[in-house]
Amino acid sequence: MASQEEILAGLAEIVNEIAGTEVEDVQLDKSFTEDLDIDSLSMVEVVVAAEEKFDVKIPDDDVKGLRTVGDAVNYILNASGK
Amino acid sequence: MTASIRPAVGAPHARIWGVGGYRPVRVVPNSELIERIDSSDEWIQSRSGIKTRRWANDEETVAEMSIAAAGKALAHAGISADQVGCVIVSTVTHLKQTPAIATEIAYRLGAGGGRAAAFDVSAACAGFCYGLTLANDLIRGGSAEYVLVIGVERLSDLTNPDDRGTAFIFGDGAGAVVVGPSDVPGIGPVVWGSDGSNSEAIEQTESWEELRDNAEATFPTLRMEGQKVFRWAVWEMAKVCKEALDAAGVAVGELDAFIPHQANMRITDAMIKALQLPAEVPVARDIAESGNTSAASIPLAMERMLETGEAPSGGTALVMGFGAGLVYAGQVITLP
Repeated sequence: MASQEEILAGLAEIVNEIAGTEVEDVQLDKSFTEDLDIDSLSMVEVVVAAEEKFDVKIPDDDVKGLRTVGDAVNYILNASGK
Repeated sequence: MTASIRPAVGAPHARIWGVGGYRPVRVVPNSELIERIDSSDEWIQSRSGIKTRRWANDEETVAEMSIAAAGKALAHAGISADQVGCVIVSTVTHLKQTPAIATEIAYRLGAGGGRAAAFDVSAACAGFCYGLTLANDLIRGGSAEYVLVIGVERLSDLTNPDDRGTAFIFGDGAGAVVVGPSDVPGIGPVVWGSDGSNSEAIEQTESWEELRDNAEATFPTLRMEGQKVFRWAVWEMAKVCKEALDAAGVAVGELDAFIPHQANMRITDAMIKALQLPAEVPVARDIAESGNTSAASIPLAMERMLETGEAPSGGTALVMGFGAGLVYAGQVITLP
């Protein structure tokens, strides 16, 4: 099972790949839409890539609740612990 | 006594011999739509890649646009209408359910002397690839020598100008191909299917029954769960593209063109990434000027790529349609 740090690093790679955001800018307190230039469609791409990378399911209804990178890291941490 | 039945004899293979399109005269820029959806040209372009779309006028009916596109496709193929044994029209926006519009089109074109087999297909944005699959099998099965496949839509008739999710997406137009016999394979195995569990992801708002029975019902439009469709398209449809390439035994680097249904530029871009399509393979981006024309989008984009020289005649292309149903179909083809 991946640690919080590993999930953050993995998400940073994904966000970098999809939006071109610098890896070091992807921090737990950053908002996807306001800080990282991720709009709703890019967010779907991030989620799809994260599902693949961390072998978790993130339903559309839950995606709306993932405002910050920290929200996503915690979600993946919880989901992969089940 | 059981009589022996002589089987039909088909061609060894089939391919597309000609393509033609019809684009309505009226160009509608984003600026005409933004006020009613409280949006901007920039927002629409960033979410969809769409700059303009064409909307049909009263004279540019489903039949008229189809006949214009089919005439160009026949001329491109060098085939006379007389030689056409079957006309397949894929549309979800011919607003008269019976009879099929294909019969009027076949008659007016003089297809098969005006008596060719003719029927409509309802497979939304996958309709062109569904029609192509049928044509391929009809020719190889010996039921027709040449088949006209027409994808035609007047989506402006079913567009809700106040819906922020769809008002800017849809366009009108027609695209046609002539499919006929070939000595070598020109249409690869189809990878197709449906997912009825997500039938509500893109749908007509009111049924005709509701329109009849409910005095408060308004004329139906198309409704779409954009994020659900986007997720399905970028994830599941990229897999279908790979399967279609594998089924045809063609490597992604051997493609001379990638012509996906023009649903949204962002979907196309995500598919390119997922497919790891080499940067030198030309990709259809007709959506920027045409919007999403559903069943017409692939032949319209194909015609444009051939006309501009972006894709070579005789080259190898991957075509892939997906949409309401949900339905999908993809195959590798030889370009006309």
